[in-house]
Amino acid sequence: MSAATVSPLEVVIGVVLFWLAIGVVAILRPGRPEIVTRFLYPLGAFAGLLLAAVGLVAIGLPWKGMVLPLGLPDLPFHVRLDALSAFFLLILGAASAGISCYSAGYFSGEKNGTAGLTCLQFHWFLASMALVLIADDAYLFMVAWETMALSSYFLVTTEHHVPQIRRAGFVYLLIAHVGAIAILLCFGVLHGGHGNYTFDAMRQAELPSDWATIAFLLALVGFGAKAGIVPLHVWLPDAHPAAPSPVSALLSGVMLKTAIYGLIRVTYDLLPSIHWEWGLLVLVIAVVTTLFGVLFALMQHDLKRLLAYHSVENIGIILIGFGLSLIYAGTGHPLLAVLGLLAALYHTLNHAIFKGLLFLGAGAVLHGSGLRDLGRMGGLIRVMPVTAFLFLVGALAISALPPLNGFVSEWLTFQAALLSPALEHGVLRSIIPLAAAALALAGALTAMCFVKVFGVVFLGLPRSGEAVQGREVSQWEQLGMGWLAALCVLLGLAPVWMLGVMDPIALQLLDYSLTYSGGASHWLWLTPVAAERASYSPIVFFLVIVTVVLATFWLVRALYHGRLRRTDPWDCGFPGLNARMQDTAEGFAQPIRQIFAPVYRIELHQPDPFDRTPRYHAEVRDRFWGLIYFPIAEAAAFCSRLIGRIQVGRVSIYLMYSFVTILFLLAFVR
Amino acid sequence: MTAAGAFNQLVQLLLVVAAAPLLMGWVNACRAWLQNRSAPSLLQPYRMLRKLLHKDAALAENASWLFRFAPYVIFGCMALAAGIVPVLATDLPFSRSADVIALVGVFAVARVFISLAAMDVGTAFGTLGARREMLIGALAEPALLIIFFNFALISQSTSLTTIVETLAHREFALYPSLAFAAVAFAMVLLAENARVPVDNPATHLELTMVHEALILEYSARHLALIEWASAIKLFAYCAIGIACFVPWGIAGAGDWGALPLAIGAAVAKLVIAGAGLAVVETVSAKMRIFRVPEFVATAFMLAMLGLLLHYVFEV
Repeated sequence: MSAATVSPLEVVIGVVLFWLAIGVVAILRPGRPEIVTRFLYPLGAFAGLLLAAVGLVAIGLPWKGMVLPLGLPDLPFHVRLDALSAFFLLILGAASAGISCYSAGYFSGEKNGTAGLTCLQFHWFLASMALVLIADDAYLFMVAWETMALSSYFLVTTEHHVPQIRRAGFVYLLIAHVGAIAILLCFGVLHGGHGNYTFDAMRQAELPSDWATIAFLLALVGFGAKAGIVPLHVWLPDAHPAAPSPVSALLSGVMLKTAIYGLIRVTYDLLPSIHWEWGLLVLVIAVVTTLFGVLFALMQHDLKRLLAYHSVENIGIILIGFGLSLIYAGTGHPLLAVLGLLAALYHTLNHAIFKGLLFLGAGAVLHGSGLRDLGRMGGLIRVMPVTAFLFLVGALAISALPPLNGFVSEWLTFQAALLSPALEHGVLRSIIPLAAAALALAGALTAMCFVKVFGVVFLGLPRSGEAVQGREVSQWEQLGMGWLAALCVLLGLAPVWMLGVMDPIALQLLDYSLTYSGGASHWLWLTPVAAERASYSPIVFFLVIVTVVLATFWLVRALYHGRLRRTDPWDCGFPGLNARMQDTAEGFAQPIRQIFAPVYRIELHQPDPFDRTPRYHAEVRDRFWGLIYFPIAEAAAFCSRLIGRIQVGRVSIYLMYSFVTILFLLAFVR
Repeated sequence: MTAAGAFNQLVQLLLVVAAAPLLMGWVNACRAWLQNRSAPSLLQPYRMLRKLLHKDAALAENASWLFRFAPYVIFGCMALAAGIVPVLATDLPFSRSADVIALVGVFAVARVFISLAAMDVGTAFGTLGARREMLIGALAEPALLIIFFNFALISQSTSLTTIVETLAHREFALYPSLAFAAVAFAMVLLAENARVPVDNPATHLELTMVHEALILEYSARHLALIEWASAIKLFAYCAIGIACFVPWGIAGAGDWGALPLAIGAAVAKLVIAGAGLAVVETVSAKMRIFRVPEFVATAFMLAMLGLLLHYVFEV
């Protein structure tokens, strides 16, 4: 078959099958872990690259559907590749290429013979995510969705001998299934009683307005549980640190995005019309999620847990853009709705890249030094220079600093929020700038958090022996991180190009395009609405800053000199400097804990002044456990105890129960 | 981009970079007069920079590349900021590539790098300074952004030159939101530029310093660049305040005849701004460090209030 006759959809299905096959090969050769790491992961990475390329091309192509000869009789699998699926496949492919490449190095040291099993779960996880993105009926969607949940559950519990990890896995599975039930019910509402569960039938179903709202709320709960919106976020900070680092990168970078995909698919594609009230609800939840995520991230001292809370924050930022877009779409402002949606989608892509990079960086620190507690790190920039540099790129990107990619999507979100005067509803338009303020605050706090992380992990004096003996990670790992870091820079410098690529998504979902607004787009200037309204050119920006830095460097050297003398640190002349005099991660964030104290549940133990062996202990806990989850768990236990009373353990009694039930049914049900 | 625009851009950038220490010298002289001291020469900051540039750099043994690289980044960021803010004329082609949100981003980049550099050597004071700097920044940066949003809503643009053109060439109107924004901006200016009552630029008292703690390990050319960058930052903030709140006199695009007047107006306004800063610094006392978040949070809330007032009164 020549290349011209293969459609993009067939290539995607080919990649899915290839990933499934890699998993099978890995499990068939349990005795040869080096095959797994040397060949299978790099092959998977290559397939990821291919998927990204196909996604990139397919965004601009008309949609194409297929019916697969699989599934149950009379219930075949429908697949479809349109602009929205293609964009998310691009995210999946681009992020997984780096992560798979990294995994080739990361898993190479495994001695206990689980390499094959991990590889199977890893690639089936990838394949199921791709299937979620191309599914075109509720049946295949749910099968793929559940495969994704289960394969990631097994990946999270890779180290299942640790009780905390089993607990984290349980909470993850529980919330994933609460979400899955909500999604299933949502599809039930959407299909409108025709018995046809293809998405095409749902698009055609004429849903009454009330039922549409119910479907939307179910989708919000269902996909929100997967994405980690507050208060359904509790599984995230436990599950992400439990998994091996490449898996954390996949969970946070890609799997959370499938939930965003589902939400957008249901609201903009399957539901008949948009109500602005939905957008307001999403916006409120998003603002709470954003601020909650970043405030708790600041309090963490486990690196991966901290990153997990930042995922909560970034999901909030994505949903701010999405909520704005719903409000604008619901009030009849298609251009602004497109702007909000593209901001959300761009941040989805960016977050996949930089959060993937940061989790891989955390994994590299763990791999190179064996440390995950911030309190024992320090000075790693001297032993792991490459990792340090790449992590710095990720940290600057997530802190929304220009000219990297995080800044572009936040800039777009700000622009969307600042267009709120176009709305007629007085209260609504004055609420939206509050969302912008929350976003501004979150961005600044993120920068503080990542100064803390980078400063404590990579700078300063080593706080433990392990930190002194850290080693740079393998070339596979450096390559994987380098790919994602390069994408951070590329997406930061070329937003105009990327938004041009993404434009067909807006055209597909909202029948409107950024190019309609008359703001002539130029390859150099990002002008989402009109040039006099706002413009941003990261390339000029970057060139100017580089020129100034180089010119300054050259001038100082040329006019003066470059003489340098190495001495002891000055430190105001205090002698006997040691590593314990540096700020710790807890110390760095302590002022924030004090300022935002009402947000946290703080358990503080301060020693008595006369205590001979004083111990200071402070722990910050999530309020939502006490507010929501423990009461539900207690209620469930209480109900179980009540029902448990009728269990007496004798067969004759149970038969009597059946007899009574049948009598009851005969009497009342016809 | 026209040749005149590019010329104007380059001249303004160089002028701001060159004149920034002079403003610093003027503020210091005013402070000295107000405190009944005899003032140093206005050129004292230049002499200081020259002295520092001539010295050999003394670098801590464990300082990494980041430590040596940071002063250049900070200087570059501030020079870039100086290129965006209209001081004499609004004909700044470069201002198109970075609007006010990017301007706030530039300040944030400089802050992140100076804080990281302070943590690099691993001294107690460095990390302490970094923590305080990031704390103040975490609240001051959103406040500054909200202040800019006030202008963005009035002028329907986030580009600084468009904001200035809109505000300078309108008939006189009172914007209640801008009154709040002005107070908030003054507070942010004090906090971001390490001035009394938030920080004391003249102190080396360990327990209260913020900016000085950050740069404690720097010497010679690196220190010179950072001090120079701070001077440019102060200049840029004053210029932002002038451009946004009292924009009259700034020459429009291509209006070369208005340039002499613009130069005179800019000098006069900066002289007044510098003297005003010195007065504020003289009459207020340095706050305890834990009062600072309250101070900056007040600025944030004032800016937010301005935003809401805009919707109530001005739409």
